[in-house]
Amino acid sequence: MGIFAGTFYIFRPVSRLKYRSLGSEIMYKGQSGMWSWLFHRISGLGILLFLLIHLVDISLLNFGPNVYNEGISLFGTVIVRIISLALIGGVLYHAFNGVRIMIIDFWPKGARYQGMMFATVMVLTIVCFLPMAYYVIGPVFGWPTGNMVGGI
Amino acid sequence: MRISTGYGSRPAGGGFETFSWYFFRVSAVALIFLVIIHLLLNHVTTDVSCTSYQLVSIRYSNPFWRLYDWLLLTLALLHGMNGLRIVIDDYVRSRGWRLTLQSANGLLTLVFFLLGTITLITFQAVANVGPHCVIH
Repeated sequence: MGIFAGTFYIFRPVSRLKYRSLGSEIMYKGQSGMWSWLFHRISGLGILLFLLIHLVDISLLNFGPNVYNEGISLFGTVIVRIISLALIGGVLYHAFNGVRIMIIDFWPKGARYQGMMFATVMVLTIVCFLPMAYYVIGPVFGWPTGNMVGGI
Repeated sequence: MRISTGYGSRPAGGGFETFSWYFFRVSAVALIFLVIIHLLLNHVTTDVSCTSYQLVSIRYSNPFWRLYDWLLLTLALLHGMNGLRIVIDDYVRSRGWRLTLQSANGLLTLVFFLLGTITLITFQAVANVGPHCVIH
């Protein structure tokens, strides 16, 4: 545990160190609480970076169909599809772990079950990720996805 | 200085950090639905290469989708940039850098909010323009 805590010392926010004596550090010693917090922060920052890029590509709408479609065609490339997989995994984790955080916040017994809930978050993330990943990566390998026709 | 961690016990005493703490959670509940439906619509039921100008035109002829996307834009941007504000608070100790980065954070939030909002409002929906799917 000490090794993990030392390895990830840089990920611990400096402002927390002041409050060590208050016991708020108890979740940051290399256990599930630390990992869930670290993944939540990294996925949040990654999603935010994507959101800013996405707002720029959406703003191409007002430059007409040719410019916008040129931008959208990038999303169909293999590299951006792989980045999309990371985005989808990050969004699913951030969403499920967000629910876990709210349960800890608002349910008096929540903290007692946080470890079990973290395991549930990881399982739900993987279970929801796999079918979505099939649709995202399928077109690269010619797998049937049936989503190349018109929708809303 | 009171610092919201966005995690753990809620900041007491009212004020902006308490508002921020509740905003994270209220926006999160809405975003879980808004974002996951958005992902399903644009990556599962329709492949991303088919989210072309034509598809956007069809969607935006219905004001519901403009409102949906505006809510998604506003809540996701404020939730995310508020998260970045807390990350900056956590790691940046120098007063000068904090001021610089937090000002940049606020300015970027405004610029991206306006960029998205103006795009959503001014887009003229024209159906049957260009290909349905865009594949290189």
